[in-house]
Amino acid sequence: MIKFPWWVAPAGSSPSDGPLFNENKGGPWGAPGGGRGSGGGGGEGPRNPWSQPPRKRPTPGGNVTSLDDFLKKSRERFGGGGTGGGTGLPSLGGKPMIGYLAAALVVLWLLFTAIHRIGPQERGVITRFGQYAGTLSPGMQFSFPAPIDNVEKIDVEGIRTIDVGSVGASGGENLMLTGDQNIIDLAYSVRWNIADPELYMFQLADPDKTIREVAESAMRAVVARVSLDDAIGAQRSRIEQDVEQLMQQILTRYRAGVVIQGIAIRQADPPAAVNQAFKEVSAAQQDAQSYMNQARAYALQLTAKAQGEAAQFDKVYEQYRQAPEVTRRRMYYETMEQVLSKVDKTVVETGNVTPYLALPEVQRRQQPQAQAQAPAEAGAAR
Amino acid sequence: MSRVLRNPIALAFAAILLLVLLSATFAVVPETKQALIVRFGEPKYVINRFQPGQNFGKTGAGIIARAPFIDKIEWVDKRVQSVDMEQQQVLSTDQLRLEIDAFARYRIVDPLRMYKAAGSQDRVSEALRPILGSALRNELGKRPFAALLSPERGQVMQNIAAGLNRVAAQYGAQVIDVRIKRADLPDGDPLDSAYRRMASAREQEARSIRAQGSKQAQIIRADADAEASRTYAQSFGKDPDFYDFYRAMQSYQTTFVNNGQGGQMGRSSIVLSPENEYLREFRGRAR
Repeated sequence: MIKFPWWVAPAGSSPSDGPLFNENKGGPWGAPGGGRGSGGGGGEGPRNPWSQPPRKRPTPGGNVTSLDDFLKKSRERFGGGGTGGGTGLPSLGGKPMIGYLAAALVVLWLLFTAIHRIGPQERGVITRFGQYAGTLSPGMQFSFPAPIDNVEKIDVEGIRTIDVGSVGASGGENLMLTGDQNIIDLAYSVRWNIADPELYMFQLADPDKTIREVAESAMRAVVARVSLDDAIGAQRSRIEQDVEQLMQQILTRYRAGVVIQGIAIRQADPPAAVNQAFKEVSAAQQDAQSYMNQARAYALQLTAKAQGEAAQFDKVYEQYRQAPEVTRRRMYYETMEQVLSKVDKTVVETGNVTPYLALPEVQRRQQPQAQAQAPAEAGAAR
Repeated sequence: MSRVLRNPIALAFAAILLLVLLSATFAVVPETKQALIVRFGEPKYVINRFQPGQNFGKTGAGIIARAPFIDKIEWVDKRVQSVDMEQQQVLSTDQLRLEIDAFARYRIVDPLRMYKAAGSQDRVSEALRPILGSALRNELGKRPFAALLSPERGQVMQNIAAGLNRVAAQYGAQVIDVRIKRADLPDGDPLDSAYRRMASAREQEARSIRAQGSKQAQIIRADADAEASRTYAQSFGKDPDFYDFYRAMQSYQTTFVNNGQGGQMGRSSIVLSPENEYLREFRGRAR
């Protein structure tokens, strides 16, 4: 739009600007006067707004006169100033107006269809009469205008995502069969972008749908090779890699012009119907762990005790070895002292007398002590 | 020019005539389409026909001229097309039902033949769809269920693609790929029994995990017992006689002295004979 006055109406620029502004200020004359005035330049020769104006440039004075003439004529024609404004517009504008309008349109058309601003993440695919004629890199780029060239901008950097399946309880399960004939509920997303815009445009009838279908197919093919446990647990990242590879391989064979950036498994669960049984397994694992922990605790305890006792014995034995007989005696007496000081003792002479062992009597002697704790028992015994 | 200018109606008329003529003569063939020129209903030649390995920009796409009003253009898509097979049940050799959902990708490589055999592109898809279904059923019906879940699956797909390609060639199409999208157990009984099998397998696993856990625990305990007894043996074995004595002393302590802690239990009385070793000196007998 900036170029419009420079190209099209340079002749009118200085002289007609004057009247234009004047008229605008002055009254209802503005539009027709201006239109006529600028048109007047072209009106004399062939109505070509492109070739004519530059020649007129050096003689602005003449232009002014002719413009004044026009003004005069128009005033005469309409019989005076004020009334002419409104009705004058269409008839006065007439052919020159159309010429300028057409010129303006042409310029606009050129601007919009021949100059392309390709963003940094985009590529512009040119088709010349339908035939592929190159790809525009980012920046300000030119092509032939519209009917000849057609430029389709394609975002090549933007990573697109396809989600298959849904996470959580919402939505249905995306069930598939694993290699051990079990069923798994998988949700994953595929990230891809366009590597080759022209292939992407011309090669596949419906690229997005194709990618989705290939993703589903590849995922199922890969999952069908691994067991359920692997798919749920350890092998997830390998599955992701395999699917990515397989998808890329298939799409490359289609020449889809697409690069798979990655697969992300968002969820890999057993189906809800058997989830309870799977939880039972993890509960069992916990149980087994706790059994083993208990056993380990016992083992630690026992070993420590054994070591402690052994160490004790070793120490004592070391002392004992220094003077076996004395130590033995000492220990014996110490122990007996302790033992016998705590118990009731009865010394009975054996020999020719058959001793009567009055056990009830012995027990009764204990009663006074025990009575505090068990009076009922004591009474019964008596 | 001036004469024409004076007669704008004639000018407009001429312009329209020219436009009609131009549009009937020239046509733009995009990269995505092949143009089959049909003269009086008889297909003549193909423009922008698919050639494998051809780069875009060097194809036959572009502006073309034809005999106006005589030649008709029949557009045929040049891109890869898809045929989706509706889900269908397949019975494997081991009598397992599977619900299969597959798709094929093809491309019209011979528009002339396609036009003669099918008439239009949609008809090709329609013709290929049932064939894909039956090829799938035949191929999978020859195999056990497990084959579908193994690398053999790739072979199955290749066979199907080859079979389908033979038919597609009659329509001027080329099958690029056949893939199983889904292979699921049908809802209802087969799925439920699969679930039951899965659940019972898990129960079994849970039990075996518990059993393994107890086994491990017992082994740990046994190891500990063995270790303890080894420690004891190593230590006490140095002098069994002294151990016997030492342990007896400890035992007396435990039974007679410390058991008072447990309440009224184990009050003990000892009846001693003066012959007892402890009372040896009691008698004051001389050595």
